[in-house]
Formats: sequence, structure tokens, C-alpha cells
Amino acid sequence: MVKLAEWRGKELFRKYGIPLPKGQVARSAEEAETLTRDGRVPLPCVVKAQVLAGGRGKGGAVKFANTPEEARAAGSAILGLEFKGEKVKELLLEQKLPIARELYLSITLDRSQRLPILIASAQGGMEIETVDDSAIERLPIHPFPGLAAYERRRIGQVLGVSGATAKSLDSLLGALWELFVREDAELVEINPLAVVGDGLVALDAKVIIEDDASFRHPEYDAIRDDRTPLEEIAREKGIAFVQLDGNIGVIANGAGLTMATLDVLKEFGGDPGVFLDLGGTDDPKKVTEAFLLMAQARPKAVFLNIFGGVTRCDTVATGLVEAMKQVPADGRFPLVARIRGNNEKEGIEILRAAGITSIPTLRESAQAVIAAARGSA
Amino acid sequence: MTVLVDAHTRVVVQGITGHQGTVHTRQMKLFGTQVVAGVTPGKAGTTVEGVPVFDSVRDAVAQTHANASCIFVPAPFAKDALIEAVDAGILLSVIVTEHIPFHDMLVMYHYSRSKGGRIIGPNCPGIAAPGLSKVGIIPNVVFQPGRVGVVSRSGTLTYEIVNGIKEHGLGQSTCIGLGGDPVVGTSFVDALPLFQADPETDVIVLVGEIGGTAEEEGAEYIRRHITKPVVAYIAGRSAPPGKRMGHAGAIISRGRGTAETKLAALTAAGAQVARFPYEIPDLVAQIVAKQARR
Repeated sequence: MVKLAEWRGKELFRKYGIPLPKGQVARSAEEAETLTRDGRVPLPCVVKAQVLAGGRGKGGAVKFANTPEEARAAGSAILGLEFKGEKVKELLLEQKLPIARELYLSITLDRSQRLPILIASAQGGMEIETVDDSAIERLPIHPFPGLAAYERRRIGQVLGVSGATAKSLDSLLGALWELFVREDAELVEINPLAVVGDGLVALDAKVIIEDDASFRHPEYDAIRDDRTPLEEIAREKGIAFVQLDGNIGVIANGAGLTMATLDVLKEFGGDPGVFLDLGGTDDPKKVTEAFLLMAQARPKAVFLNIFGGVTRCDTVATGLVEAMKQVPADGRFPLVARIRGNNEKEGIEILRAAGITSIPTLRESAQAVIAAARGSA
Repeated sequence: MTVLVDAHTRVVVQGITGHQGTVHTRQMKLFGTQVVAGVTPGKAGTTVEGVPVFDSVRDAVAQTHANASCIFVPAPFAKDALIEAVDAGILLSVIVTEHIPFHDMLVMYHYSRSKGGRIIGPNCPGIAAPGLSKVGIIPNVVFQPGRVGVVSRSGTLTYEIVNGIKEHGLGQSTCIGLGGDPVVGTSFVDALPLFQADPETDVIVLVGEIGGTAEEEGAEYIRRHITKPVVAYIAGRSAPPGKRMGHAGAIISRGRGTAETKLAALTAAGAQVARFPYEIPDLVAQIVAKQARR
């Protein structure tokens, strides 16, 4: 998924006609000062860290400024902050508005109903999880008619808006739905949506774009930044790769098998660190690349657990043997292999020729790799 | 009678001329499936693995009376492929293709349902009734005919578990791999009643994963409606919160959809819960032994 920073989310909002406060992005304290001095950002203004984590207000990542000097000071205080592990590199400066009320709106997917669901509450400005259930309206939207006019009116009633404000809400809801569908979003959230005079203004923007739709949204390719460098290389090669703190590397195929492998390792006292899901492949080169990637993560030991289907055992064995030749001497690690399923015999034979034994049961192979990780610690 | 597929299932493979389409057409035929047609636009008149290829599903159905589809078409074109199958009157579609945007799948699911169709998948291994028919990609070697029904959200983990059942000298009635995507055509709640109604199934094995609430809903259905014994396993007990473990279905959020909530719901529903995949065949064998003594 691609989580968009607030300012990127707001660029989308602008494109779809969702009203926003006047604002600009700054990447230095000087720029913050200039933007407020020359009026591109009217004063007083809000200065907000552009990070993906929530809770910015309480965490000192949002400040107010009445003068250009204060904007500069706020900017220099926030830039370079490490907010929940994320370094602040960008600021969003926005005009501070007289807010009458704060509302909540979002659209996301309800997997159980297999429908998009619109969530609305008159109690905006706080995390929706903390709002009492009775104050939250959940409206499933059928994809064929889309968000109907009567449904938009109903949301207006729930939010307690009328007259010109209700009219703004109607067009805003239409825009939000269109954005959700056209941008292949997993989530669009406006919290708070402020009532200002008789209009509405989106004070925040949270947008998450789905990865699987990347073939029709190349514009998001450059900002998939939620990954470590190795995770990024893996993604480019079509390998699911997750990096954590443990010392055992796991290479499996399929998410379920990868997770089950992890469960077994943990149960026996192992400490899995990197998980690499080969997915379905019948290209030995991809397997080799996966192993070389794994070697870069410097595991104490590696557990290869494959159940051959689309990914055949002999393919994996061939790729593995090739990788072992390429791993530099100082990057070698003990390896425990378990390969079962399609072309199991052929795979085991290829491994045996290279001096690698496949242990058939999950229990014993897991225990073997844990012992190997301890031995080389 | 088995679940969803049997000896009368006549399969059209959409995307048959692609690599996966060709490989699995061969495997399905080896399994005993009646693969009667393939579809790749522009390739009519050719054959793949002895199966005639047509330009459209409509042509394929007209000539071969295909009544089920297996879809290998790449993700950007999968929505169109499914709609084409439904419009040709095909009511069972197994979608193997992965990475279909869920926005597309929403349209596919609701369109298919509006016409009385059923989708299995996407991003799924498919369905197999040993000795009768297989629609999908589950390796043939793991099966042997028997009376254990398997319904799973996983792919390879399903193979592992089905194989374990075989190695214990037991066999399967039908195995359905539902797929792990956020929007699936058939969920546990949809599949469980089929196994309950199937006279060939004595025991049901449910394999779930963290993420979403499909297992919790399945547990609720088991509590209310399932009288057959259920053995359940949930993968991902030790997965770190918020980290993706390979596909979109496997993500933990907001305290729901964790392994704990799922295991608790399944236990409360009377299912026997296995802590590891290799415990499943043992639990099934115990149940089968008990049933035999009755």
C-alpha cells in the first residue's frame, strides 16, 4: 500500500474539488518564513510535520504561528524532529481558520460485506476508534449505483448540517467517492472536516492507495516509501520481504506457509528475523536472487521451507545451489532445507548433489535451524 | 455428490495459451478433470494440451458445453474475463490470478452474484475433489479420495496440510482454497454450508490466517449451523502487528482479526484447534477413529 503524506493527499483532494485551507509545502525554516511573509500562506497559520504516523498534535509536530518569524521558529523546531521513528523533512503550512465544528468522514473497504463503507460522525477531530459507537454512522455503498443522492442527504442529517453547508457536503461526498474509486484507494479519511462559516474545509487528509492497482497508477511508484532498502529491492523483483529484528532468515512460498513456519520457529524458541515469500515462480533465477537478498540481511541461519506447487521443488533447488556459489565467503550462513510437493524427488536430488540435506518434517527442520542459529551465534 | 465440482464439471480455461494456463491445463487433465475448452482472444482454432482454443467464452460454451471456468488471465484483464464468463452463462469461476485490485473484485463479485454465479478466489489455488475433478492449481500429488473436507484461505499451506492428511492414510472429499485477498468470492461462511450438506464429508478442516474477520464469522456459522466436527488452524500467531506478510489479507489492524480473536471464536464454536499445521492430521485421525467406533 502507498500511504500518502497529508500534503499529497490534499493535492488529490484539490484535484477532485474537495475544499482545503490555503496552504503550501516548505522544506526549510527559511522557506516557511518566506511563504508567510509574501502572503502565499496567510497568517495566522498552522505548521505541520509531514509524517505518516498519527498523533502529531500531541507529539509536538504541529505548531501555530502569528508572524513570519514565528513560522520560521516553528519550522526549525519541527524539521529534523524524529517523529515515531520518521525524520521530518517536509512541512505543510496552512491558513488557520475559525472553526465552528469538527466532523469525521471516511470511505474504506468492508471485507465482510464486500462493499465500500462510508463512515461519518459529528464528533470529528479525534481518532474514530475512540468515538462512541452510537455517534458513528456506517453506510455501505454498492459499487453499481455508487453513492446515491439520498445517501448523501442522509449523511448530511447525521452530521447535522443544513442549507449551504449541506450543499457543500453533497458535492464533497460525491468527490470523495469518486476519488476512492478512481484512485484505487484503500482508505480516504478527512478528520477533521471543519465547518467554517457555512462551508466545509478538509483540515487533514489521509489517503492510502492499493498496491495491486499500480498497473494503472504509475504516478504512485515513486512514493512507496514504507520500506527498508532491502524490502524495496525485493519488491522490484516481485518477492515479498519483511525485515525484523530476529536472527533466523526464513524463505518460504506463500503467505500462509511463511506465517506457519514463523509460528513453529517461535514456538521452539527461535527468533525469526527476515521472511521472504517467493510466491509462485518457476524461474530458478528468482530463487537465486531471493537467496542473495537474504544473504545481504546477514542472518545467523536460514530456513528454506518450500511446498512445491506452481513453484516446483527442482526449480527452488537449482536456484538455491546457484546462489550458494555466488554468496561471498564472509556472507555464508548455515542452511536448513525442507522441500516437499511438486518434483520433490528431483529437488532433493539436486540439493544432495550439492551437499544439502532436506529434512522432511516441519518440526524437525525447524529445530535444526534454531540449533544452527545458536551454534553460529 | 461433492462440493461444487464433480465428474460432470466441464472446464474452460481462460488464458490457456499463457505459461501457467498451459501447465495447469495439463495438470488438471492428469487429475481427471474434463478440460473441454480454452479461451485466448485471437487464438481460435489452435489447441493446447489437446484442448481446443476459442476466441471467446461464448464460443467455447456453445461448442463444448463448458460449465465452469478457470481464470489465469493477468490481473489488468481479469475483471473483463470474469464478466465474459458470467455473461456466457458460466456459474462457477475459479480465479487463480493474483494482484487483482480489490476495486475490480468488488465489481466482479457483485456482478457475478447478480447473475447467480459463484467465484472462488481470486489469488487462490482453486478447488479439487480427488478422483473426480480439479479446477485450479493445487498439486495433484497431495490428494487421495476420502472423507475429509478442507477449506482454507492459504495456498501452499493448504497443500502442506492436505498432504499431511494423506500421509496419515486419510483422504479428502473436497478441498477449497478460498484465496487470501481482501475481497474473495467465496468465504468460510459461504463454503461451510456446502461441506455440512455434502454426504461425502465427515470432518471439516478450516485453515485461516490473521487479518480480516472471515474466521470469526466462520466460527459464528459453525456455532449455529455446523454439526460435523471441525478442526481449525490459524497461521500467523507470531506475526508482528501491522507488517504485511505477503498478501493483502494478512495484515493485523485495530485489535480485530488477530490470531487470538480467531482462535478464541473457533474454540468457543466447538472446533478443535491445532497449534501447528502438523497437528491437524493427528486431530482429524482421532475424530475419524471416534466416528468409526460409533
